[in-house]
Amino acid sequence: MSLHTKSQEELVERNYKTTVGFWIYLMTDSILFASLFAMYVVLRPGVAAGPSSAEIFQMPMVLAETIILLVSSLTCGLALLAFRYKRPRQAMGFLLATFIAGLGFLAIELTEFGTLISEGHSWTQSAFLSGFFTLVATHGIHIAVGLLWLVVLVIMYKKRGMTPKIARQFGLFGLFWHFLDLIWIFIFTVVYLGGVI
Amino acid sequence: MNRGYKKEATRYGIGFVLSLILTFTAYFLVTGASFSGVGIMIAIGALALVQLIVQLLFFLHLAEEARPRLRLAAFGFMFLVLTIVVVGSIWIMYHLNYNMMDMTPDQKTQYMMEEKGSGF
Repeated sequence: MSLHTKSQEELVERNYKTTVGFWIYLMTDSILFASLFAMYVVLRPGVAAGPSSAEIFQMPMVLAETIILLVSSLTCGLALLAFRYKRPRQAMGFLLATFIAGLGFLAIELTEFGTLISEGHSWTQSAFLSGFFTLVATHGIHIAVGLLWLVVLVIMYKKRGMTPKIARQFGLFGLFWHFLDLIWIFIFTVVYLGGVI
Repeated sequence: MNRGYKKEATRYGIGFVLSLILTFTAYFLVTGASFSGVGIMIAIGALALVQLIVQLLFFLHLAEEARPRLRLAAFGFMFLVLTIVVVGSIWIMYHLNYNMMDMTPDQKTQYMMEEKGSGF
């Protein structure tokens, strides 16, 4: 850090601005999800000739997805904490756990989608299914992008060490990952739990 | 240094355990459904909101950083827009469905009184 040309103050200011900017992105992303949620709730009764939500949701799998994502949110937070306390090996272990959990979550979600589509319940069948796939897959794409981001960050870290820029990026990734778990809580509640009541 | 680490790690642990409890409570409320539909919906909605607050505090550490005002303001404004979008859409589309029915206003009112026990 002492070799870096920027002063400590400049660095703090830079971190602050970047974090606020990224936070504003997260807030606009929340509004995107809010519109998708609203659309889903409005379209939900429109099952046409297709199945209703209670007929197609595999609740134990959804519970597993929820727990896995929650665990990855925890390990992500612990990884950032370990970095801050100069325990890089431990941090790498936690990041690996985060990555594997995220991948597991995506695998379960894709299996669910695959099963639905192979049974003929794709997004083309009814308004309800269009809304369902759009909302849940948008979250899934965010998760996939997050995993890619994590891989890139770890590669950059391995090459250059913990520069201020990479430290900042890890912080932003942490915000993003916790944010995705929050969105999932509402998908779990509104789409899945609300769908089988 | 070690003590600080332990303290912060414990906070993540507490947030995680609370989230787990809230998730399982909501799940078993629904799968082992014993009371009315609307009651459960309100209950799981409340549980989700509590979990939102738990994770904002324990995972995202909202309002704990050095200058929290901008982030809090952005969050507040997001919440306002979110409420307008979600409540507004549901409200409008619900009424729209009724207004699309092929009936005169009097027939519609009568139909609603029979179906739901109340008019608009």
